[in-house]
Amino acid sequence: MTPLYQINIRKTLADAHLEEAIYAATARLMDHRRQVVAPEVLPDYEELREQARRIKQHTLENLDAYLEQFEAQVQGRGGVVVWARDGGEAADFLLELARRKQARLIVKSKSMTSEEIGLRERLEQHHLETVETDLGEYIIQLAQERPYHIVAPALHKTRYQVGEIFSRRLGVPEETVPEKQTKIARAVLRQKFLAADIGVTGANFLVADSGAVVLVENEGNARLTTSAPRIHVAVAGIEKLIPRAQDLAVFLKLLGRSATGQPLTVYTSLLAGPRREGELDGPEEFYVVLLDNGRTRVLADRDKRQSLYCIRCGACLNHCPVYRRIGGHNYPWVYSGPIGKVISPQFQGLMQDPWLPFASSLCAACAEVCPVKIEIPRLLLELRAEIVKTWRREGRKRLERWAFRLWAWVMRRPRIYEMLGLAAGALMGEEGGRSWLAKAPALLNAGPLRAWFSQRDLPPPGRTFRQLWRTRTARVR
Amino acid sequence: MPRESVLHKVRTALARKAGQPAAPAPPPRLRIPALDPEARWEQFARALEKLGGKAQRVADPAEAGRSVAALIGDRPAVASQAPYLAECGITRLPSVQSGFRDPAALRAACAAAEFGITSAQYALADTGTLVIAASGQEPRLISLLPPVHIAVLPAGRLLSGLDELFAVLPAPAECASALVLITGPSRTADIEQILVRGVHGPGEIHVIVVDGRETTG
Repeated sequence: MTPLYQINIRKTLADAHLEEAIYAATARLMDHRRQVVAPEVLPDYEELREQARRIKQHTLENLDAYLEQFEAQVQGRGGVVVWARDGGEAADFLLELARRKQARLIVKSKSMTSEEIGLRERLEQHHLETVETDLGEYIIQLAQERPYHIVAPALHKTRYQVGEIFSRRLGVPEETVPEKQTKIARAVLRQKFLAADIGVTGANFLVADSGAVVLVENEGNARLTTSAPRIHVAVAGIEKLIPRAQDLAVFLKLLGRSATGQPLTVYTSLLAGPRREGELDGPEEFYVVLLDNGRTRVLADRDKRQSLYCIRCGACLNHCPVYRRIGGHNYPWVYSGPIGKVISPQFQGLMQDPWLPFASSLCAACAEVCPVKIEIPRLLLELRAEIVKTWRREGRKRLERWAFRLWAWVMRRPRIYEMLGLAAGALMGEEGGRSWLAKAPALLNAGPLRAWFSQRDLPPPGRTFRQLWRTRTARVR
Repeated sequence: MPRESVLHKVRTALARKAGQPAAPAPPPRLRIPALDPEARWEQFARALEKLGGKAQRVADPAEAGRSVAALIGDRPAVASQAPYLAECGITRLPSVQSGFRDPAALRAACAAAEFGITSAQYALADTGTLVIAASGQEPRLISLLPPVHIAVLPAGRLLSGLDELFAVLPAPAECASALVLITGPSRTADIEQILVRGVHGPGEIHVIVVDGRETTG
């Protein structure tokens, strides 16, 4: 039986319009990035990457100390730090806070961490109106879908689909011009901002020496979320820590460039505590929820710990030949693309979707563009090895194991290898003639070889490499 | 307790003991280019205009006041109480509301105004960025709710870029509850990657840089 994920992937591949949309969007993002990291415009790009990686590594290796420093700094400015072992605890805190403050309406800015724990859904289950305010995320909320891309959640939607969604969910006339659609969303969401009791955000960075939450965005919705309501709650993974505000000079330069090709995004907010004496706006209460949800498990793995360096720029998605074909919804969890393949198994459990780390060509484009230099292909290989070990323990994939054993045996014996090579060549027939292979497609188009042969044709056999090599060395002599 | 549980798991994962200080961090990396005032202005104007913002340079505070008056005409505007705006005579312009004491009045005025006028603590030349520290004099909503943002600052506050900013402001949280970097008009490309300006924040931004020595801070 074909597994469900394969059926879904085939559906995406069959949708030429969708494929074109993903391809065009990611190509544009790639192009924008390339222009702003080019040596002529950013000569120290490689140095910045190296420094970013060093800082992330250092912070994670000393994480407990930085978490405590951050907590003390937030408390010193009148904020509150809340610790959550999982999504349930994070949501429970918010629900309890909303109940205590008699809050009715929550506005949210885009956050992958809150997607990860299904925060909005959890709040809505308790009849707490929760509105996404990033335009793409708002479209996705109205469409009741999952983000398609880490930085561009509605990347797969056409303006016509957006027009239909707005018309159906907001009762407005169908509008297909993005500028006018944006105005509709602005008007609806402006009222929500001004009426909301609580603003919920994620965090791009948590600055230990300042007790600051750093938010990076283009629309202004994160600024409104953290300026208009009387309570601000930031929900962030514990891996978001960086030691000093000065380190932002490195990370801000890399994040915007890698994500959307912007030297700096339109708004960067450093938020440290509630409003101060004499201020007329800004939240009266300031909370930071520090979330574990599996991160400490990843931290314990010395080698794969680097998965936690990720700053969620999405560059690896845009550059991935697999993501660019299958899109964001064919990955089993909210994190898609190469980084999703690395973190989903570690957060969700290795054997939940064992196919995932194998669905990669290991072309390493992801590692090449990663601003914090995560070795994604190598981590994928390690995850594959762990999965195979588990299979072996469970006594599965016997056939595959025997095939590889046989292959290894042959590869270590050059004479037998050569003999088999010649025999296979003879079976396939001469160049130009009708080969044995061409005559027997049905045979090869079945069983375990089908996946290979349904996509590829063998070229007609010529002389073997060993034969060519012998002639060549004879000539040189 | 979740706090102890998470911290314990972190320490176990890292083989660290409670209370153990962090190892010395790699030194911060700040590279500040030598850039004369003229080059700062040119870079700033070029970067901001590339983003669809407008940069204007004037000779003195009085001319800045006249420029703002010409921009807003008799349409409703809200100005912050930054001393520099008063120095430029902006808070005294007839259609400008300023000097709020009450949060609700500030919010209502910002929601209704067509222009929000602020100063800026700094501006960054290489990216065309305004750096605004929230305070009683400089509320957050003025640069956020109105559809047009006008910022007026003396040329001496132009820094080369992020590195210089964090060199002169190593502890931004000490000086403000919110330090906001504004780089061009609010924008989105969430629908078919088509650029639209003015999503939630201002769709238009004008920055007036004033030559000469600054008398107030």
